[in-house]
Amino acid sequence: METLTALAGGFATALTPTHLLFAFAGCFLGTAVGVLPGIGPALTVALLLPITFQVPATSAFILFAGVYYGAMYGGSTTSILLNTPGESATIITALEGFQMARRGRAGPALATAAIGSFVAGTIATIALTFFAPIVVELALRLGPAEYFSLMVIAFVAVSSVLGASVLRGLTTLFLGLLLGVVGVDLQTGQPRFTFGMIEFLDGIEVTIVAVGLFAVAETLHLATRRKHGEDEILPLSGSLWLSREDWARSWKPWLRGACIGFPFGAIPAGGSELPTFLSYFMEKKLSRQPQQFGQGAIEGVAGPEAANNAAAAGVLMPMLTLGLPTSVTAAIMLSAFQSYGIQPGPLLFVNQAELIWGLIASLYVGNLMLLVLNLPLIGLWVRILKIPQPQLYAGILVFATIGAYGVSNSVIDLLVMYAVGVVGMLMKRYDFPVAPAVIGMILGPLAEQAFRQALTISQGDWTTFVTRPISAVFLTIALALAGGPAVWRAVVMTRRASA
Amino acid sequence: MRSRPRAGEVAVAGCLVALAVLSIWQTAVIPVSPIYARVGPTLFPWIASAGLLALSLVLLAQALRGGFAGVGAQLPVDWGSLAWVAAGLAANVAFIGTLGFVFAATAMFVCVARGFGSTRPGRDALIGAVVALTSYLGFEKLLGVNIGAGILEGII
Repeated sequence: METLTALAGGFATALTPTHLLFAFAGCFLGTAVGVLPGIGPALTVALLLPITFQVPATSAFILFAGVYYGAMYGGSTTSILLNTPGESATIITALEGFQMARRGRAGPALATAAIGSFVAGTIATIALTFFAPIVVELALRLGPAEYFSLMVIAFVAVSSVLGASVLRGLTTLFLGLLLGVVGVDLQTGQPRFTFGMIEFLDGIEVTIVAVGLFAVAETLHLATRRKHGEDEILPLSGSLWLSREDWARSWKPWLRGACIGFPFGAIPAGGSELPTFLSYFMEKKLSRQPQQFGQGAIEGVAGPEAANNAAAAGVLMPMLTLGLPTSVTAAIMLSAFQSYGIQPGPLLFVNQAELIWGLIASLYVGNLMLLVLNLPLIGLWVRILKIPQPQLYAGILVFATIGAYGVSNSVIDLLVMYAVGVVGMLMKRYDFPVAPAVIGMILGPLAEQAFRQALTISQGDWTTFVTRPISAVFLTIALALAGGPAVWRAVVMTRRASA
Repeated sequence: MRSRPRAGEVAVAGCLVALAVLSIWQTAVIPVSPIYARVGPTLFPWIASAGLLALSLVLLAQALRGGFAGVGAQLPVDWGSLAWVAAGLAANVAFIGTLGFVFAATAMFVCVARGFGSTRPGRDALIGAVVALTSYLGFEKLLGVNIGAGILEGII
C-alpha cells in the first residue's frame, strides 16, 4: 500500500510535461544509439553527463533511463536487419531474427521483439516497484563489511560471467580499480597515483574513460580491420502486424523471458547476456518444432528479447537499492548520482524518494513510449542504420571530443582519452572485456571506502569479512561465481554434444 | 598443441606487467601518516597492484606458452586506415586549442572518413563542418557545456 502511494507520487512527477519531454528525448536518443552499431547507451549517457550541471537530478535520470531502455529496443533492430548485434545482449536475437529477415519476415521479427520488450519491460518494472522497497529494508541492516563483500560479488560477476575468460576479465577489473585510485584520497587527503600532475588530483573523469573505451577504441579497432568485409542490411519485409499464429507462438516466450531476465539482472551477478542465452535454449527445448530453430523461429526472437529487457530493468534494482551497478550504463548512472552529490545506496529511497519514484514511474511511461515509437517509426530507424561507416565513425569521434574537451577544455584530457582509446583497442583485439574496467573504476572507490570502514570498525581485524555471517555468505557466492562459468560451460558443452 | 608465441600477445601481457610494477612503485611513494598506519590510503592500492601483477604474470606465461586462452590468430592490421584515423586525432589535438573546436573537428572528420574509405574529402569537409557546428551549438548553447574558444566560436 505504501508502495502504491509512493508510485502514485512518482507518476505525478513523471507525467509533468517537462519530464514527459525528457523521457521522450531519452527514448528517442536511446533507440537511435541502440540502432547504430558502434555506440550504445553507456557511451551516450557518458556524453550526456554534463547535463547534470544544468538540470535537476530527476529530469536527468528520467533522460538517462529513457536512453537505457531505448537502446535495448533499438539494439534488436540492428540484430535483425544487419546481423551485427549492437549490444552484447542482442547477440542471441540475431540468431533467429536475421534468419527471419532473410526469409522475408523482418516485420514480424521486429514486432515480436518490440512487443515482447514492452511486455517484459513492464513486468520487470512492476517487479522492481514491489521488490525494491523490500531489498531496501534488508540493505539498511548491512554494515560496511557486508557491503564490501557484496561489491566483491558484483566485481566477480561482471568479470567472470560476462566475458570470455575469467583471467582477462579480472585483469581489466584490476586495471579499473587502479584507475579509480588516481586522485586525492578522500579520507586522508593524500594524493595517489598522480605522478605529480595537478590534472590528476581530482581523479580521472568517468566520461573520459568511458568515451575513450567505447567510442575511440571502437573506431580504432574497426580501422585496423577495415578491409574485412562490409555488412549487408536486409530490407524491411513482411507485415509489421503479427499474425494470429505469431501471437500464439510469441506470448509464452515473452512471459518466460521476463521471468528469466529479471532475477538475473536483479542479483548483483547481473548482465543481460546469460538470461538471453538461457531463454533461447529454453524456447528451443519447449518448442514443438525445434527443427525450425536456426531457420528463423519466432520464439527464438520473442524469448531472448523479453529476457534482455527484463534483465535491463532488473539491473536497476541493485543500482537503486544498494548503489551497486552491474552494467556499464548503470555504473555511469551511478557516477551521475555522485556528481549531484547524492550518495547512492538504500538511503536513496528515504532521502530522495521523489527522485527514485519519479524515475521508476518514468520507466513505465518510457516502455509505453518505446512501443509507440518503435514500430511506426521503424522506417526512420532503418534509415539511421544506413549512415555510411566513414561518416558515422568520423561523427562519433567529433562527439567524443566534446565529451572529453568539454570537461575542462584541456588538451591533456583529450590525450588521456586517446590513450585510453588505444588501450581499449588492444583490449578488443585480444578479447579483454571492457565492462569490468569501467565498473571497477566507478565502484572501486566505494568498495575501498567500505573496506576501510569495516577494518576500522573491527580495529584492523581482517577476519571480520568472514566471521560476520552475511558477509561470509556473500564472499562464498563470489567465489562460486568465479568458478561458475567453467562449470556452466562444461554443462552446455555436454548438452550440445548429446543434443 | 603448442604453437609459437604471438608477438602482440606477449607485448600486451608485458605492458600489463609493467603497469602493475608502475602502480606498485606509485603505491610505495604515497606518504603515510602513522595515525593511519593500519588501514591507511595505501592498503587498497597495494591489494589492487599486487592483484594486477599476479594476473598479468599469468597472462604473460600464457602468451609465452602458445597464446591467450581462447584467442585465435589475429587479422592483419590495416595500417593505412589506422594511420588516417590517428592523423585525424592528432589534427584535433593540434588545432582545438588554437583554431577552435569546429575547425579541429572538421579536419578530424575528413581524415577519419578517409581512413574508413571515403573518397570525397570535399563533401566530408562539408558534412563534418555541419556536424561540428550543430553539435557545438547543441552542447554549448543548450546543455551549457563549454567547448572552448576559437575563430568561428568567437563570431557566433
